Formats: sequence, C-alpha cells, structure tokens
Amino acid sequence: MSETVEKKDPARDEWYAVGISADLRPGEARETILVGEPIDIRREPGGAVIVSKSDGRACPVRERYGHVWTSIGAPDHDLFAIPEADQEGRVLVDVGAVRVRCSPLRAVENFLDIAHFPYVHTDILGAEPQTEVVPYKVHVEEAGDEVWATKVKFFQPQAAKSAEGGIVTDYKYRVPAPTTAILYKTCPPRPGEWDVITIFVQPIAEDLCDVWPWMALFDEDNSLAELIHFQQMIFLQDRSILENQVPKLLPLDPKMEIPTRADMTSVAYRRWLKRRGMTYGAQTAAA
Amino acid sequence: MLKLYDYVLSGSAYKARLMMAILGAPYEAVPVDFYPGNEHRQPDFLDLNPAGTLPVLVDGDLVLTDSAAILTYLAGKHDPPGTWLPAGDPARLAQVVQWLAFSQSLTATAGAARLHDMINRPLDVEAARAGAHRAFRELERHLTAQAFDGNAFLVADQPTIADIACFPYVALSPDGGIAHDDYPAIRGWLDAVKRLPGFIEMPGIHALHEVRETEPGVVAMAAEAG
Repeated sequence: MSETVEKKDPARDEWYAVGISADLRPGEARETILVGEPIDIRREPGGAVIVSKSDGRACPVRERYGHVWTSIGAPDHDLFAIPEADQEGRVLVDVGAVRVRCSPLRAVENFLDIAHFPYVHTDILGAEPQTEVVPYKVHVEEAGDEVWATKVKFFQPQAAKSAEGGIVTDYKYRVPAPTTAILYKTCPPRPGEWDVITIFVQPIAEDLCDVWPWMALFDEDNSLAELIHFQQMIFLQDRSILENQVPKLLPLDPKMEIPTRADMTSVAYRRWLKRRGMTYGAQTAAA
Repeated sequence: MLKLYDYVLSGSAYKARLMMAILGAPYEAVPVDFYPGNEHRQPDFLDLNPAGTLPVLVDGDLVLTDSAAILTYLAGKHDPPGTWLPAGDPARLAQVVQWLAFSQSLTATAGAARLHDMINRPLDVEAARAGAHRAFRELERHLTAQAFDGNAFLVADQPTIADIACFPYVALSPDGGIAHDDYPAIRGWLDAVKRLPGFIEMPGIHALHEVRETEPGVVAMAAEAG
C-alpha cells in the first residue's frame, strides 16, 4: 500500500509564528524553515502577507499577536484565542526571535517549569533558599483541548520589570498548541489583572527552533526597550540550559524519567502531546 | 553622572557594566532596543554615535563609543590606585594596550558566531568559529605561561582592563557553539575573573556557585558522629 501524499500529521497541521508582523514592510520578503520545509514570507505592496513553499504552493496565513502565523499542512482548527490581546491599555511587546539548538517541545516544557527559577534566574524570578514549589493544580480543559496549570505561587525577588522588591507571585500556565505556552502572572501595578507572557516556538528541525517571546502587559513606567531587555535577559538565561539538555528530544515514554510533584505540568504536557500524536521533537521509545 | 547606552545581551556593553560594578562607579543605564527594534540605526541614536554601535558612555560633554576607550576612561577616573590601567609603568601599559587590541579579534570571531547562533545574523559561522579557536589557542598559550609564573591574569600579577576587555566574548563563546573543553588555562582565568570583588553576571555568564558556610551546629554534630 502506498502512502497518501497529504497524510495527517499533527506537526504539519498546526499554526506557527514565523516572523514579527511589523518587521515585514510592504514589498519585503524573508526566507525561513518551518518543520523542515523552506518557506518564503512576503508582504505584498497592498499589505497582504503571502507565505509559499519552494514549489510555489501557498500556505494559510494569519496575522495575530504581533506575528505572522502559517502552516505547511492543513490545520483543521483556527489559531487559538488570547482574549487579553485586545484588552485596552496593555502594552504589546514583540521581543524578537532567539534561536535555540533544542527540541521545540523542550523549549515549551522549560517555560512551564517553575522549579528552575531560583537557580537559573537567580535574584530575579527566584532566590535561594525560597526554592519550594507549593502544590498547584493541573488539568486538560476539554473544550479547547488545552493544558492548564493553576493556583501556582512562587516567591520572586523581582517578578517583573514593574515590580519593586520581592513578592509572592501568582501564576497560571496555558498550553493552547503544542509549541505555544502562555503564562499569566500577578500584575504589580494593576491588582486583579494578569500580565500575559508567551512563547511562540517555530520548529525548524526536531532539535532546532526559533523562539518568539511576546507579551501583553500593563506597564506605564518602563520603555519598550526596557521591557524587551528584561524578557531577553530572562530567556537568554534559559538558552544555555536548553542547549545542554540530554537527551536532545523530549522523552514521551514515562519510563524514561522520574518526575517529582513539582513537574505535574510537564507530565500533563507530555501525556497530552502523546495523545495528540505530536512526536516532532519527541523521543517516543526508550533509546 | 555617567550614562551608559546599554543592551542587555551585548558582551561589549557588559564590559562597561562589569568595570563600573568592580570600581563601584554609579551610572545611569539607557536601554537601547538593539534587537529586534534596530534602535541603534535610528536617527536619534546616530546623532549620538554616527557609527551606530553599542555601548556608548557619556560623561558630561564626553562621548565614548569604543569599549576599550570606555574601559580606559573608567579605570583612569575611578581607580585611584591606578592598577586597572597601569599608566605609570610603560611595559605593563603597553601589554594592556596589546590585549585591548587582541580583544577586537574575539568580538569579530566568537562574538559574531554568538550573534549568528542566537539571533540568526547572516555570517560564515564556520570561518568565525575557526578564527575564534585560533584566538583562543593564542590566549591559552599566554595564560599557561602566566600560570607557570603564578599569575592569574593577562598582564603581570594584577587584573587590568585587558582582562575585562577579553573576558565577555570568551566566556560567552558556548552560546556560539565554541566550547571551552580544550582550554584549561582559559577556564582557570575565567574563574579568576569571576572571583573578583564586585563581579556581576550577564545572561550566558554565570557566577561561580557560592560554597555556603556550614552552620556551626552541623559541624559539631558531624564531628561527634565522626
């Protein structure tokens, strides 16, 4: 039996951020690679963005959350919603891609991990000896098929650019797509609201990705440059750790690693990936 | 007050931040959106520095746009004993200037490879990495000779601005796919810089992990148990 040409593939049939909208001016083009396939992104003089493969075939396009989104397959769903993106008064921050020699799934998993804060983001997002991750809740929201972690609390010396001094920060994490993670955290200048910090991961190969952080914040005190620097500082602290993780691919076989209670989000994320058949960047059987 | 036009991921800007931290010189930082905003190529910034490079140090009417010049000025002005810039000793001073020049080859090789790997800047990265290894071998040979003489730093027996100029792009080179494994003398020197009082980190450069003092009670218990 021969393989059908357009076989269903969760990695191909997904939306990915592939560039910052504002950086692509009318008449401009850039080339990149998405899930192993070269693509060409250009903005027509009229303003529309066209994404095409090397054989000339057009890919679907969306422009949302500061970025150009596309797929090399045929997504059966629209791009996920981030309602806060349209909320009045938020500063929307395009942070710019950082290239990381790691599995796209490892980049997401690291973003979901709280326990590393005191060790990797020392004196900013965490500090010794306050290293305890108190129990939190994890569930898969059936309606949207998303992983959520809620009621996460952590002591942070400088949780955000707008935070002065240490505070206990409340967090929620959301995984609306296999290579997108969104975190909601206490918003120091506006209690009751959540700051939104995301990473949109563009898989280039199974062990290489461009990570596009993006934020929607309430912050009237800091310049855009200050907000970008803060987020780049945090993400670059993660980069050297990510590039040294072993094995390179994310293990989905539960026998491979022994999780602790603090890793509940990671366990749920890995199970969810496995159920969806999202194995691009994953190691499915013990090597 | 000193004003530093700064980019958090710039190894060259870090040279200025590190020097000011070690010398205890207070300054005001002005963050510049180098990436992704390209703010250093905009008219306002080009008015300040027509070369469009970071960092820039401003002190009153003085505008310095070269990191070696910035280190020279900071050490000359904020280090009364004059050990960081040994202006009174021609032989030492000349060696410092020589390593300042050498530091430019590190920026052009290891620094460029890092920008390529990190933010996808176009580059012949293999040529840059090969150039970095050539520079590292030269540095390794010199630091090995220094270590034989009991010296931990680049020039004579004290840290100078030469160490601060060469440190960042060597320390950051794993970000650009250049490992330190083959350079034991360089690794020892990186640790020596990290042990300097006032040392600060930047993303990609981690401080040495503190060895915590064991509580006296624990020691006593251990002694009893032993």
